[in-house]
Amino acid sequence: MTEPAAVAAPKPHIAHEVPHEALGFWRKYVFSTDHKVIGIQYAITGLLFLLFGFSLMMLMRWQLAYPGAALPLLGRLLGEARMPGGTMLPEFYNELGAMHGTIMVFLGVVPLAVGGFGNFVVPLQIGAQDMAFPRLNMASYWSFFLGGVTMLASFLVPGGAAQGGWTSYTPLSVLAGTGQTMWLIGMIFLITSSLLGAINFITTIIQLRAKGLTFLRFPFFVWTQFVTAFLLLLAFPPLEAAAVMQLMDRVAGTSFFLPSGLVVSGQVVAVAGGGNPLLWQHLFWFLAHPEVYVLILPGMGIVAEIIANNTRKPLWGYRSMVYSLVFLGFMSFIVWAHHMFMTGMGTAMAAFFQTTTMIISIPSVVILTALIISLWGGSIRFNTPMLFAVAFLPMFGIGGLTGLPLGLNVADIPLHDTYYVIAHFHYVVAPGTIFALFAGIYYWFPKATGRKMNETLGKIHFFGSLVCMNVVFMPMFLMGLAGVSRRLFDGGASYAFAQPVLHLNVVSSWGAWTLAIFQIPFIFNFFWSIWKGEQTDGNPWQATTIEWAAPSPPPHGNFPVAPEAYRGPYEYSVPGAAKDFLPQYEA
Amino acid sequence: MDIPYTVEVRRDTGLTNGKIGIWLFLASEVMLFGALFASYILIRTGAPSWPRGDTILNVPLATFNTLVLISSSVTMVMAWASLMRHRFGTFRIYMGATILLGFVFLVVKYFEYSHKFENGLYPSTNNFLAIYFTLTGLHMLHVFGGMMVNAYFLGPGSKLWKTNPEWFANRVEHSGLFWHFVDLVWIFLFPTLYLL
Amino acid sequence: MTSDHAADIDRHVRVYITVFGALMALTIITVVVSRFHLPVPIAVSVALLVATIKGSLVACYFMHLISEKKLIYAVLMLTAVFFVALLALPAVTVHNGYWIH
Ligand code: HEM
Ligand SMILES: [Cu+2]
Repeated sequence: MTEPAAVAAPKPHIAHEVPHEALGFWRKYVFSTDHKVIGIQYAITGLLFLLFGFSLMMLMRWQLAYPGAALPLLGRLLGEARMPGGTMLPEFYNELGAMHGTIMVFLGVVPLAVGGFGNFVVPLQIGAQDMAFPRLNMASYWSFFLGGVTMLASFLVPGGAAQGGWTSYTPLSVLAGTGQTMWLIGMIFLITSSLLGAINFITTIIQLRAKGLTFLRFPFFVWTQFVTAFLLLLAFPPLEAAAVMQLMDRVAGTSFFLPSGLVVSGQVVAVAGGGNPLLWQHLFWFLAHPEVYVLILPGMGIVAEIIANNTRKPLWGYRSMVYSLVFLGFMSFIVWAHHMFMTGMGTAMAAFFQTTTMIISIPSVVILTALIISLWGGSIRFNTPMLFAVAFLPMFGIGGLTGLPLGLNVADIPLHDTYYVIAHFHYVVAPGTIFALFAGIYYWFPKATGRKMNETLGKIHFFGSLVCMNVVFMPMFLMGLAGVSRRLFDGGASYAFAQPVLHLNVVSSWGAWTLAIFQIPFIFNFFWSIWKGEQTDGNPWQATTIEWAAPSPPPHGNFPVAPEAYRGPYEYSVPGAAKDFLPQYEA
Repeated sequence: MDIPYTVEVRRDTGLTNGKIGIWLFLASEVMLFGALFASYILIRTGAPSWPRGDTILNVPLATFNTLVLISSSVTMVMAWASLMRHRFGTFRIYMGATILLGFVFLVVKYFEYSHKFENGLYPSTNNFLAIYFTLTGLHMLHVFGGMMVNAYFLGPGSKLWKTNPEWFANRVEHSGLFWHFVDLVWIFLFPTLYLL
Repeated sequence: MTSDHAADIDRHVRVYITVFGALMALTIITVVVSRFHLPVPIAVSVALLVATIKGSLVACYFMHLISEKKLIYAVLMLTAVFFVALLALPAVTVHNGYWIH
């Protein structure tokens, strides 16, 4: 990436006079149209939802480790309808499970990774003053917020929240209680929010990139957000359609997903029938497979930025990474039925989908390998962001490799409904994506606040989390291979064959609770550093990408002078250069 | 602070932000209606028997409505063309006509719906009606949304014409793109639901 | 399209009127054809063909797709590919040993 720098010294042209029209508190911090404020709103809300979803999980882990035992204190607080005498009802377990999945995916990771990091970082990295449609951006945050409130409120309706899992499979979900209706309405808000966001991201990246910033000079993070936005744009509408149809089934009594002659508790359900339960699964996974890439790609982007910065080397194989990324995004639309091998599809179909699934694993491997090779021979700085970024690689690797058997029809059938699947995808999203997101928080915190987060606390957070994550999820592989089903409210206690591995539930649960304790240094560090952290200049990590050209924190409008890109994104340790990095924005 | 390329086009893409934005939005709409069409095909091919649309629905009314919606597309594009010719008066007439035709469409639809309900035909009656009501209902929401946007450009939004006519023309063009898309969806809905 | 001259616009307007006529005619045709109660496969083909022609007319002329920028074409091509994948969905469900109802 050594395009010749522009010859003439650029005349810095003043982008604009920062207008000091005094915005009131509400316009500045609540109904703001500034991408940085919206990004931070998204990030904070997303983090809170992650914490909430994690708390639901900790409750479930009690029941799994000690089935039927009364939970001290908290158990009573949750009331007789949920935990009579402190013991968890199966229905409540199902609510927790469904909402843990939904909240983690749609209200935690996506808002933080796309809404938070995307909004805050992308315009800065492409040298733009803001997003292309600032008001649409605000609308998308508030639509997300409404979706979140709807989901939370569903716990309070009679019968409680949705119990059909995050996948809401029909026909069960059509026949479930009010919570499911709330779930659908919440999803429609969330989908709308993502669609508006996706339109905004794509337009911004194409139109507002700085002069000289060609596509192959984009930081990898921008690329990941670009592909992610396309996935959201084109994969979410089918789920929106499906949600509308399920809503019709529930509210208007249609039978899109209800087959003829459906019998529930010995009674034929009084509906017209003629619908197709599999239709829901198709439409759901048409979104939800691309969605898993929405969960992982921004994380990969963050990791790429941090690895290049802290190895002080250009990324190895930047171009192959970009091409792999685009190919991966494209392929993600034609693998969805690998989640449906259990539905009795014919062999030809299964062969098709397992082939596409094997093909799509190649680009992920290319990206991961490129990142690992990038470490080779670098003089690595092991600061907190880098620790999280490096740990991402093996964790994501474990998640990815254990996914391969699930992509093969024959292996998937015995594994699909077991804890093996839970372990597999949590390695991808928890020690994978969540670590990448932590890395991003530590890395861009100075940009957002002008202060660094504390390194010691960061390292305690990192090592504690790394150990605990593995203690939580590694046993689940073993339990799954022993045949213990997922979504069981007693964690397998009532099954004879599960007895030899049941003690692993206790291990896993204590891992989860300890993991919670290791988040305390992070939470403390976060708030403490906002006011007390070590002050930094605009570019504390000696990074090359354009966001570091802006002051920290960047003012409204971001750059005092509109930046220009003169070279590729990762010009570190260029032989003969005066310092070990050549920023993109320096002529 | 002014976001660049709201009015003038970016050199390398030749487009304004709004133009890209609206087309991306339409792309997502294609996928939305595509999923509904796919569901329709799946449920229909899976059904032991399927009624012909014209045995249940009112074809003459729907034909009339098709012609109404097509006409409204023409008036919409003429409204935009009037702006390009700097004839604001004509723009208002055509824009008004577009909104009015949209309104006629909704009124006709209202009569169709209430006639069905009177005869005890509801979405829950069978899957043909389920699909009919869901697809046309969603389409009607789009018509309504388009009318609101157009009404805005006819009313308060038209102030922009005085200060930035080029931007105003662009915005009307984008609103038009949405309106034509709604027309286009109907062009497919009409034969699928009423004639087959 | 903002740089068009008045003469261009006049030409456009003539095109719009022609397209309008064609759309009206095609609407009538498709209704009339449906009166013949052709066998279902043929009826579906004809109806979809006519609808596709009408849709293309709207897209090409009213929505100016006939002379759009490359970027828009690229977005629409991509969408078209996934749209086809989506429409293949019922096909993969019905055939090949899947249960249907
Ligand atoms: C580190 C914290 C986490 C822990 C301890 C945890 C634990 C679990 C457990 C034990 C289950 C299985 C429940 C059952 O089978 O009954 C589960 C399900 C699930 N989790 Fe997590 N999880 C964590 C983080 C996440 C994250 C970050 C995401 C998403 C981004 C996520 C998404 C899901 C989903 C979608 C399910 C439902 C799986 C299914 O459909 O069976 N989890 N989680
Ligand atoms: Cu998948």
